[in-house]
Amino acid sequence: MSAMASSLSTGPLLEVDRVTVRFGGVLAIDDVSFTVLRGDLLGLIGPNGAGKTTMLRAITGVVQQERGSVRLSGRPLDGMSIERRIRLGMALSQQLVKPFRDISVADNVALAAAYRKTLSPLRALLSLSQSAERRVAGELLERVGIARHAEDNPAVMPLGVLKRLEVARALALQPQLLLLDEPLAGLNSQEAESLATTISDINAQGVTIVLIEHNLREVLRICKNLVVLDNGRKIAEGDPKTVMHLETVRAAYLGSGAGDERRNRQHRGSDDA
Amino acid sequence: MNYEISLMTTMAISVLFALSLNLITGFCGQISLGHAAFLGIGAYLAAMLAKAGVPFLLTLPLAMLLAGAVGTVVGLTSLRVRADFLAITTMGVGFLFVGIIRQREWLGGELGIAGITGSNMSKLGYMLFTVLCAILVMALCIYLRRSWMGRVFNGIAEDEDTMRVLGINVPRYKLAAFAIGTALAGLTGALYAYHFQYIGPDSFGFVESITVLSMVVVGGIGSVAGVTVAAALLSALPAWFQFIGDYKLLVYGSLLFLMIRFVPDGMAGLVRRHLGKRRAEERGK
Ligand SMILES: Nc1ncnc2c1ncn2[C@@H]1O[C@H](COP(=O)(O)OP(=O)(O)OP(=O)(O)O)[C@@H](O)[C@H]1O
Ligand SMILES: [Mg+2]
Repeated sequence: MSAMASSLSTGPLLEVDRVTVRFGGVLAIDDVSFTVLRGDLLGLIGPNGAGKTTMLRAITGVVQQERGSVRLSGRPLDGMSIERRIRLGMALSQQLVKPFRDISVADNVALAAAYRKTLSPLRALLSLSQSAERRVAGELLERVGIARHAEDNPAVMPLGVLKRLEVARALALQPQLLLLDEPLAGLNSQEAESLATTISDINAQGVTIVLIEHNLREVLRICKNLVVLDNGRKIAEGDPKTVMHLETVRAAYLGSGAGDERRNRQHRGSDDA
Repeated sequence: MNYEISLMTTMAISVLFALSLNLITGFCGQISLGHAAFLGIGAYLAAMLAKAGVPFLLTLPLAMLLAGAVGTVVGLTSLRVRADFLAITTMGVGFLFVGIIRQREWLGGELGIAGITGSNMSKLGYMLFTVLCAILVMALCIYLRRSWMGRVFNGIAEDEDTMRVLGINVPRYKLAAFAIGTALAGLTGALYAYHFQYIGPDSFGFVESITVLSMVVVGGIGSVAGVTVAAALLSALPAWFQFIGDYKLLVYGSLLFLMIRFVPDGMAGLVRRHLGKRRAEERGK
């Protein structure tokens, strides 16, 4: 019994076991397995449409897998609601930003930071004070570099600010496993470097992180391990330098043709809109 | 004077009813087209209990309990459905309620129940009591809005999928909104029964559900002050303009449609924008 308990706390934090996700005819994830050890900063990379976002959504329960299993600290999550998985210690910063538009940037973060008070409706009804949550929000906004926008309305903020808001909101949940989907999108190279450093610092403080990112410069700088997806399949994993030299990985990236450039333009586009 | 007292009581009851729907539809974003059924449940329970000699102050919490319990069950059935289907489900519940009432002789059937007494208050006393209830419920709504429950309701109304990703148990909060809102409707129904001393199936049908929804929309979905003012004014309309009585569905239905089409944020939104403009002008000077 005690042996099992100790294997739970020392084993991998996240296990993705032969997961398959299908959208109608599209096989978005095809029989993918990998594990994330405690303390890892794992880069999940691959060309557009590889299935990276879908993978994080399957882990958090936003989409259901057709086959396979996901385990957190050895505990199967299959069939569990999104909110229960989050309460077990995950947080997801989404690729498509979804701020609440009728409250300020800081209040968006405070809403996540109140996760203890909002555990049940009754406790939420009896909780009025928000000073602690506002303080946490202030600190996190400072940390991701958008403290000056704390009182602004997210509806009028550019993508670069909203992506960082999304990260701050995920951090406010104090997760043991942080899932980041393209947090550096929409940032200039200086901002990207600074946020990547922050992500690395957060990892150094003991938070396990899975990072999806097209900015390979920052991925190679901060990630400890990589998993590469292409067309829904895992084509490589391991140490970043080794992985990036693999012929299959280079071919996948070349095949998608200057993917980085195209994405950056796309993001600028939605930034203006 | 009697007339004014009675009108004032009616207005207070309408305010209570509208605030109870505002909690579900305004705060939490869950549409209901059958809210009058819960008013009816409270009213019928109070009427039956009053006939059985149960004291007034005891019937009120019992009416809340029953309406809230039924409301929670309706909420449960609607957890999995999206907004448009929720509208149909709640509308169905409204028709079902009236259908059942009409069929049951022991509930008065088509004729309804008359001679409901037992509040043991003067007309003036009863008016003051209902106004006090309305003020307390307003205070509750304002408190709720500022509590973390209110903030979560807000988030669910805007984007429930994102609330889930933030770890919020959305179904439980929706149920809470249904439970509180329908319980308050039940309380309102009991007050209604003692005030009019007569209730019948026609008082709790589709027309009443649309009327109360139009009050919420005219006031400004979610705004406590706006909904209070709108409910008070709109409930007095039929008294001031007799002809409205016969065309209630037409009048309140068109009002609802026009507001949603042209002023979706209601009177509260108009006032906010007006104040904003004036402030901007003053700054410009
Ligand atoms: N909700 C959905 N319905 C149908 N197909 C989907 C859905 N979500 C994703 N897909 C498809 O699944 C595949 C994988 O998409 P996914 O968004 O996971 O890729 P990605 O690796 O995150 O790409 P990107 O780098 O562009 O964000 C794509 O072919 C996409 O079109
Ligand atoms: Mg993606």
